[in-house]
Amino acid sequence: MKILVAVKRVIDYNVQIRVKEDGTGVVTDNVKMSTNPPDDNAIEEAVKIKEAGKATEVVAVTVGEEKAQETVRKALAVGADRGIHVKVDGILEPLAVSKILQKIVDKEKPDLVFMGKQAIDDDCNQTGQMLSALLNWPQATFASKIDVKDNKLEVTREIDEGLETIEINVPAIVTCDLRLNEPRYASLPNIMKAKKKPIEEIAASDLGVDVSPRLELLKVEEPPKRKAGIKVANVAELVQKLKNEAKVI
Amino acid sequence: MAVLLIAEHNNKELRPFTLNAATAASQIESDVHAIIIGQNSSDAAKQLSELPVVKKVISVEGAHYENFTAENFAPVIVKLAENYSHIVCSANTFGKNLMPRIAANLDTSQVSDIIKVISPDTFLRPIYAGNAFATIKSNDAKKCVTIRPTSFDPCESTGGSAPIEKMDASDEFSNTKFIKREEIKSDRPELGTARIVVSGGRGMQSGDNFKLITEIADKLGAAIGASRAAVDAGYISNDHQVGQTGKVVVPDLYIAVGISGAIQHLAGMKESKIIVAINKDGEAPIFSVADYGLEADLFEALPQFMEELNKLNTIQK
Repeated sequence: MKILVAVKRVIDYNVQIRVKEDGTGVVTDNVKMSTNPPDDNAIEEAVKIKEAGKATEVVAVTVGEEKAQETVRKALAVGADRGIHVKVDGILEPLAVSKILQKIVDKEKPDLVFMGKQAIDDDCNQTGQMLSALLNWPQATFASKIDVKDNKLEVTREIDEGLETIEINVPAIVTCDLRLNEPRYASLPNIMKAKKKPIEEIAASDLGVDVSPRLELLKVEEPPKRKAGIKVANVAELVQKLKNEAKVI
Repeated sequence: MAVLLIAEHNNKELRPFTLNAATAASQIESDVHAIIIGQNSSDAAKQLSELPVVKKVISVEGAHYENFTAENFAPVIVKLAENYSHIVCSANTFGKNLMPRIAANLDTSQVSDIIKVISPDTFLRPIYAGNAFATIKSNDAKKCVTIRPTSFDPCESTGGSAPIEKMDASDEFSNTKFIKREEIKSDRPELGTARIVVSGGRGMQSGDNFKLITEIADKLGAAIGASRAAVDAGYISNDHQVGQTGKVVVPDLYIAVGISGAIQHLAGMKESKIIVAINKDGEAPIFSVADYGLEADLFEALPQFMEELNKLNTIQK
């Protein structure tokens, strides 16, 4: 079984983002960037499946600018075998990314494609589902547990009502929840080894995919700030305020 | 052209957020049609027809729709799409799973999780876990939009009498099989719709200590929430998680106990009307969004809180 894992470079989850003064986006210059957190879970799961002898190869792919390659290198350092970097400038919509990934799937013919359930920058939560639609493959979204059984996967999904378990035939797409596993850290020797693993570079323009934007970003702004509250001295005062001032209890 | 609303239901009745999505749909265009796909779901279809904002109901039934599998739902909606300018549903796990599959089949760039309809083609949506708001204009001929349910009021649920039209089922997608669903049952109000939420964080120190929260929640008729840290530490099950990767809640009163206020948690609760923070670390970020902050040891404060509540003659439920 061959697993393709898609990873995205985003602003690090610990960074308090700042909106650009001209309202065209958020500040990314000199801001710490990392792999999208649930994409780390996707890589971890693929590597674990390979370590369990149920997969033969793990290929990490990213779609993005020059520096996006760092996320592929990180995936190689935690156990992916080789990488693919589809180079493109600017921000692509999930629809365009899924069309590019479809081309990579056509070329690589993986049995499984894993990725995070959502990117923490645009919070779209679309790419995995769109890719499975384009391929007409089954989709197991928001996965918190994956059991590989021959040519099937049993996947537990996090849904609003609780948990749902489905069985999907490969080839299939799985989007990963943060609860799926605990991603490992790359050891120094593995980081060194990863530098020798191959990363194939492909220009997005060579894939013959229309990636032109369909959406216009008119404005990015700060959300309305909450008015500063007060500190109360003790519990009695708190309950009085809730009862008589806020009138919520 | 009309807007097509995808109803979320459990085959017996509508799920509450369908009413919020209906409000959003009616703000895009007054001619709202609603589709309900299920199995033995005629009662829910009737309920849908009684929403005054809905002008027509399309009902599709089949055994393979019983468990809301996106691979089975998407072709039904794609088949109908040519009659509609917009396709709308809630951005909860049902809609998040389904809508992109529809959008990709229609070659449309989806607009996810909108919090405001600015015009039929322009929407406001949060990005970066709600730390910025983006105004997005869609230039696609057909628009696929998911809405954040807590940002729209539920529509009226009675008084309408839209016609219900039956439509034939599409083929079954055979590569995905439903096995089981484990719903967490509780007598408490649902976290997503509760008027009051009491949440605990890592500061609770153990699952046992959550009984201090449970007691207060019972007294207030509140739902129980938790931070990701508390869930990851195993204090409480993950269906209680509030935040970017959990649920977004907008109660009248949110009480955060022993929660430091990580960005991811704030994203899930900072639109609450009144926020109370109880934390012994006076510098905790949660205080920056709290209307009322109490710097105290929660193990002293919570029993006192219970005592004070017991002194009150009446408590709003």
